[in-house]
Amino acid sequence: MVYLTRKAEFAASHYYHNPAFTPEENQRIFGKCNNPNGHGHNYTLEVTVKGEVDSRSGFVVDLKQLKEIMNREVLDAMDHRFLNKEVPEFFTKIPTTENLAIAVWQRLEPKLRNARLHRVRVYETPDLFVDFYGEE
Amino acid sequence: MIAHLSRRYLFSASHRLHNPEMSTEENRATYGKCNNPHGHGHNYILEVTVSGPVDQSTGMICNLVDLDQCVESEVLSRYQLENLNTLQEFLKTVPTTENLCIEIFEILQRTFSQAHLDRVKLEETMMNSFEYAGGQELSRR
Repeated sequence: MVYLTRKAEFAASHYYHNPAFTPEENQRIFGKCNNPNGHGHNYTLEVTVKGEVDSRSGFVVDLKQLKEIMNREVLDAMDHRFLNKEVPEFFTKIPTTENLAIAVWQRLEPKLRNARLHRVRVYETPDLFVDFYGEE
Repeated sequence: MIAHLSRRYLFSASHRLHNPEMSTEENRATYGKCNNPHGHGHNYILEVTVSGPVDQSTGMICNLVDLDQCVESEVLSRYQLENLNTLQEFLKTVPTTENLCIEIFEILQRTFSQAHLDRVKLEETMMNSFEYAGGQELSRR
């Protein structure tokens, strides 16, 4: 079993707001992140897959294919977007880094062949990141 | 009380990804630019993680000097500024970073006895890396 991690970067904006809360509650819970005009981050995504090394190619997974899947399923949809308004998962869910990691997992997991998804890590800033290992 | 210690090292080497059992076209399709006949190089970052109980008298899992010496003599001096394809272990095995990662784990498992070897991580570029824990599942941390 070998684990392979591929990184990617994307920039996006978001704001935190729960329509079930009052404006005061939203402000109290989410603070500056509740500003309706949004704010942005440079996100770093780390996708880790696991599998056995193919004895013929020496690969766990074709890195080029993994990069293409990450580009198509995640970066094309999220890079330089306002997450709340342009990414369907966040029409109803708050685009926290937690929910972002789950959304990335759900987008990638059904598309991967040959190797299994092990972990999705999303850095919102270099000092803050979330890991998701799928439903446990 | 078991603790885990990781140490990072750097070496540079070249390789060419090519399987002589495949046709020219299949090699090209499988490995792309990495199949370029003259090879290409990387600055590899090697991260070695060992674990063990913390010795009460030294406060250490193992002496870092011993780990450094072992990694230097068994791994870095073997691969630093070499063409991986010319080395014995890659005469019949394609020197993908997966296979290099497994090879380094096995070398250290044979030669480093002062602590338990948990995991070897090998970063091929800033954007991709490989981990091997002797076939074990990685702990989630």
